[in-house]
Amino acid sequence: MTADLALIWPELILTIGGLITLMIGAFAGDRRVGLYQAVALLVLAGAAVAVVALFGTEASVFSGTLAVDGFGGFAKLIIYAASFVCIAIAPRYFGDTMRAEYSALIVFAALGMGIMASSRDLMTLYVGLELNSLASYVLASFMRGDDRSSEAGLKYFVLGALASGILLFGISLLYGFSGTTDFAGVAAAMTGEVDIGLLFGIVFVIAGLAFKISAVPFHMWTPDVYEGAPTPVTTFFASAPKVAAMALLVRVLIDAMGAEGPALAAWQQIIIFLSLASIILGAVGAIGQKNIKRLLAYSSINNVGFMLIGLAAGTQQGVEAVLTYLLVYVVTTIGAFLFVMQLRDADGRMVESIPAYAGLSKRQPGLAAAMAVFLFSLAAIPPLFGFWPKYLVFEAAVNAGLVPLAFAGVVVSVIGAFYYIAIVKTMYFDDEAEAAIRNDGSRVEGAVIAVSALWLSVIGYLFIPMLAVAAASAASVLF
Amino acid sequence: MSELPILSLMLAIPTVAAILCLLLEAKPARQVALAATLADLALGIALWANFDIGGAQWQFVERADLFGRFQWALGVDGVAMMLIVLSTFLMPLCILASWESIKQRVGLYMAMFLIMEVIMIGVFAAQDLLLFYIFFEGVLIPMYLIIGIWGGQNRIYAAFKFFLYTLLGSVLMLVAMIAMIREAGTTEIPVLLNYDFPPEMQTWLWLAFFASMAVKMPMWPVHTWLPDAHVQAPTAGSMILAGVLLKMGSYGFLRFMMPMFPDASAQFMWLVFALSMIAVVYTSLVALVQSDMKKLIAYSSVAHMAIVTAGLYAFNQRGIEGALIIMLSHGVVSAALFFCVGVIYDRLHTREISRYGGLAVNMPAYSLFFMLFTMASIGLPGTSGFVGEFLSLAGIYEASSWAALACTTGIILGAAYMLYLYRRIVFGELTKDDVKAMPDIKPREWAIFVPLAAVALWMGIYPESFLAPMRGDVTTVVARLAPAKPAGDAQLAAGKPKAANAAHGDAHHAGGVQ
Repeated sequence: MTADLALIWPELILTIGGLITLMIGAFAGDRRVGLYQAVALLVLAGAAVAVVALFGTEASVFSGTLAVDGFGGFAKLIIYAASFVCIAIAPRYFGDTMRAEYSALIVFAALGMGIMASSRDLMTLYVGLELNSLASYVLASFMRGDDRSSEAGLKYFVLGALASGILLFGISLLYGFSGTTDFAGVAAAMTGEVDIGLLFGIVFVIAGLAFKISAVPFHMWTPDVYEGAPTPVTTFFASAPKVAAMALLVRVLIDAMGAEGPALAAWQQIIIFLSLASIILGAVGAIGQKNIKRLLAYSSINNVGFMLIGLAAGTQQGVEAVLTYLLVYVVTTIGAFLFVMQLRDADGRMVESIPAYAGLSKRQPGLAAAMAVFLFSLAAIPPLFGFWPKYLVFEAAVNAGLVPLAFAGVVVSVIGAFYYIAIVKTMYFDDEAEAAIRNDGSRVEGAVIAVSALWLSVIGYLFIPMLAVAAASAASVLF
Repeated sequence: MSELPILSLMLAIPTVAAILCLLLEAKPARQVALAATLADLALGIALWANFDIGGAQWQFVERADLFGRFQWALGVDGVAMMLIVLSTFLMPLCILASWESIKQRVGLYMAMFLIMEVIMIGVFAAQDLLLFYIFFEGVLIPMYLIIGIWGGQNRIYAAFKFFLYTLLGSVLMLVAMIAMIREAGTTEIPVLLNYDFPPEMQTWLWLAFFASMAVKMPMWPVHTWLPDAHVQAPTAGSMILAGVLLKMGSYGFLRFMMPMFPDASAQFMWLVFALSMIAVVYTSLVALVQSDMKKLIAYSSVAHMAIVTAGLYAFNQRGIEGALIIMLSHGVVSAALFFCVGVIYDRLHTREISRYGGLAVNMPAYSLFFMLFTMASIGLPGTSGFVGEFLSLAGIYEASSWAALACTTGIILGAAYMLYLYRRIVFGELTKDDVKAMPDIKPREWAIFVPLAAVALWMGIYPESFLAPMRGDVTTVVARLAPAKPAGDAQLAAGKPKAANAAHGDAHHAGGVQ
């Protein structure tokens, strides 16, 4: 037990640190914004350091319910980094309405996500997921005075609760037919012919998790929540929880349902359907959007579809591709949302409507160029780095014999490219909009945008060897 | 080969200059861009001068294991080298051509052109399949911006059409590339060139590559993006689009599809010939009825490119050499013709043919240059067009007399639409007042016309300078294709020359009709 505690330092730091943040908030009130923000940032940084220190350790703690391994470590680092950024950018957005709970909630959400990414038991899985979800519901409705924010929180909560129910039902089926909640035990029950009860369990578990990654047909909440939630929170939703839920899905499918035999065939077809449906709907749904946050929501649905192509391959190469994709996607999406946060109209309100970006490249050449990089990168146009993870997932699919899936994926990616380049068109080709937009960003945000844009330009290719090693060592844990 | 990594240097100079241009005001940006492209031209000429004809197939090879899964692998054979020289030759002229006509966002414009240069050189120099793809598709971004920002009235439609058409073609090729890498276990182009893919796999790979290259070329019926893109792009954009970008498609045919999938190439010969035959005749007829100068020249490009595809798929030395010369010649001549349009467009701001007439009176120097390039486009002996067309038609005739018939018809039609264009613009009465007021060409325009004219004549009078570096590569490709090559329908039998007519027989031999 004590030995186990030494292996979960990241989680311990987050738990204690989150509680401390909450305490400071409760006693110091909302006046000391800087203090509890700093504490939360320190806590996340400390947790990340602990993850790095634990690299190379492979263990199963608390009677095999939680894994300490490279796969979890890889996901946790991205999650903590994304959470870090989302706390750092918040105060300027919220201004006077900033509260201590924001930082504490993100820390707790990060804790839950870390547990999701390293769970090896259906119960730990659920606990981690709920910890993250409950924090997220509150975050979505963080601007209590704002109708859209409250609506987003409520929608997220109701649909999220439904998804949790579906997931739990699936878990209970898996438990009922395999007699255990341990991933390895479930996997053992899956060898040979897959029982019909287990098959239903798989379907329900995947459905519940598909809600979390917002894969079609469980995506309905995404555009509304992304649009309504405060932008820093949307940035958070689009980045860290995606990583956690995708990592969880990968682990459940590969670890608990098996990467070969009839079990693979059972879940593979579901994932193929989810992926194609997400890619197509994400691409087509985005075309008519006028609100940039809604558009990015559809873009995230679309991107999840591409990640699922890698997962559908069911091979180590596929998992590596998913992990690389997650990292690149998180960098891109954080950059894009930061761009959204930079621009304000004359009254100081956020500019979220795409037509208002007309001619932006003349007034804000640097910012427009960075956004163009993010958009072309999301469209996977080389030489931008967004091309690389897409290449990897297609490669994994082709190597796994899923050539038609890869063909369908690339063809639909052309539809997706249409709406990305349509925004570039608005920023670069159109005449300047009448209402002046000003860039209201701080240096820190500008720096984050610049660094992510630079990394996504050709420079990212130099990191491929490093990324490949990291992703390979993370993915090898599952095989 | 060389101690100096000359190809990397050729990529680095425009890259650095592009970043500089983004930060500079209009005037210094123009100067930086010109200096960088001239420096690249100097390197390009050095490349040509140091190319060892008859030496190793791949020269100036560079390898750096930068990306793990694939390499920074550069190197050129004769064909790639000549196309790189063509790109570096056209770039400074493009910069000069937009010296005055581009007034808005000059820094961004120059940066985009410099990035284009990087990408073009990269496409031809890449020796790694993935590196090639990255460059090949990377061209979309700068061209999209060039058409969309500095283009004409209908530029947004044209930019989208260009982007989406070419992207759709390219992504299919990507899947084929993944399958190739999996099958052969390497991304090295020189290795893949000699890898024998299973015949049934070749069919699919060929079709996927064809989707990409046919759009880039462009071949009928997927050529429709080209007239739009050409008409809407700024003058220099059209020059580079016609001059170099279209060559990427034919380069893809020659570099990838023919040597890598010889069986499939033979299998689909009929398709390429059929599409080329339709394209030559159809687009020439379409060109005849155009009222917009740029559109006319754009359709003529499609027709010329169709002769290139037919020449390549003749599978013989003459046909392929001819196709290569047409590629180079068309690169120079079509760029020159677009510049001819640009010159008068800058003065009158219209591309309507009927708005002009009688330019021979007030713009004699211009008319002379325009005539030279018109003749080169038609293929008058002594100009670059003749050499390429003659060689490729001779080659096509060996493979298929019907295809040769259609292509020659296209050349006759080509003479018709070009002369008709020239007549309407240059000859006739000088009646319109605004046309009368147009001044003849300025020193800057002289500086663009003279090198283009010199090269067009050089290529027509002594094509050996251009053919010599490429001959070895053509022989390699022909040898690679030989086992799969179908028998031609022209039952050629060598005649028996009488002793007195020996010289005559030799001339025939050189002409290709044995």
